[in-house]
Amino acid sequence: MTFKPLSRDEIARRVGRDIPDGAYVNLGIGLPTLAANYVPTDREVIYHSENGILGMGPAPKKGEEDPDIINAGKQPVTLLPGAAIFHHTDAFAMIRGGHIDLALLGAMQVAANGDLANWSTGDEKLPPAVGGAMDLGAGAASVWALMEHTTKTGEPKILERCTYPLTAAGVVDRIYTNLAVIDVTADGLIVREMAPGLGFDELQARTGAKLTLANDWRVIAL
Amino acid sequence: MIDKRVSSLAAAVEGIRDGSVILIGGFGASGIPVELIDALIDQGAKELTVVTNNAGAGHTDVAKLLATGRVRKIVCSFPRSAGSVVFEELFSAGKLELELVPQGTLSERMRAAGAGLGGFFTPTAAGTKLAEGKETRVIDGREYVFEKPLKGDVALIKAETADRWGNLTFRLAARNFAPTMAMAADLTIVQAGRIVDLGGIAPEQVMTPGIFVDRVVEVANPVHAGLPNAAGAAR
Repeated sequence: MTFKPLSRDEIARRVGRDIPDGAYVNLGIGLPTLAANYVPTDREVIYHSENGILGMGPAPKKGEEDPDIINAGKQPVTLLPGAAIFHHTDAFAMIRGGHIDLALLGAMQVAANGDLANWSTGDEKLPPAVGGAMDLGAGAASVWALMEHTTKTGEPKILERCTYPLTAAGVVDRIYTNLAVIDVTADGLIVREMAPGLGFDELQARTGAKLTLANDWRVIAL
Repeated sequence: MIDKRVSSLAAAVEGIRDGSVILIGGFGASGIPVELIDALIDQGAKELTVVTNNAGAGHTDVAKLLATGRVRKIVCSFPRSAGSVVFEELFSAGKLELELVPQGTLSERMRAAGAGLGGFFTPTAAGTKLAEGKETRVIDGREYVFEKPLKGDVALIKAETADRWGNLTFRLAARNFAPTMAMAADLTIVQAGRIVDLGGIAPEQVMTPGIFVDRVVEVANPVHAGLPNAAGAAR
């Protein structure tokens, strides 16, 4: 059976549809930032950045960048009317205090119990860098992990237990990959949606933890 | 009369001792007090511990300070980033000690120092490698990690506007760590793009009250870290 994995843009598009109206959202670097482009235009979503911004807008036009308006990835962004600027300690009070409704984070590994690994491969030769990942993992009211379903060499990234050092324990609520949308629940990993043409056994074979197919599962619509 | 203004960058960094803990504002290239860092390099203090979010990029400002070999240890959340070549060389050669701290914990540890607290329990890093060896406590069913205050001997801060009492405003998101660092150091040194008369900053617009500031030096048209031709580029 042939199936078609989602492209990065398609994952972002699928996620964007689920970002709720009125939410305060923090976007990780990469795929999560891309997802913001696909939020339906009738929704008002307020984006937060660790360096003290609420109300981030899209990237500026070339030549209109301001070096003091950047996102957590240090890329130039814009401020929407109604934006607010504050200092770092307040920015992280918003995160740890549960005021951020949703964090969209890239992930290297996610475990069946919601453990998240996205900051280190444990390679001692590389100097480590953690940034705000642990604060977001521990603090955001809801955490969605966005990633390819397997590594470039086909190893599963969804596991019973993460093998990489944890970013935060038991925090992921939902996983979006190029193959599936999976909820992390007290009863384990529940598959809500699968890529077009993909069978459950094929998905399970690419996953390092036990999956359960929801009764009302659907094909990912784009 | 209270007058925190000093007339030169050299006077601003006078007396910084060897072995000092130096808090340096900025996130990425935004808010980095480039001229004060250059003045510190000229001043010559060594055996320093530097606390700052990133470990510098290219060969200017924080990276330039690291390259002098006068920094023994760096405390930061994200040292490895685009262009952090000086840090990476020193780190892999074993010439620079690194204390990696999650970003929010880094900021809150300085706030605790500035606010007179003996530390705090945070959920950040609970159950991870960065909590190893630290005291933990379960509060209302959730695990928290104890973090100690992080105090500076000196803070180097970039502001947009200051007055002679040390009241400050910051430009856009260049504010980032500055207000917290200003309150967390014994000697807070500020470079301001403009020094105005008392009352020139409306009271409700003051972002850092002067009580947290010790010295102010005017640096009009400061270099913006990371920009090739930086003077006034952001205006």
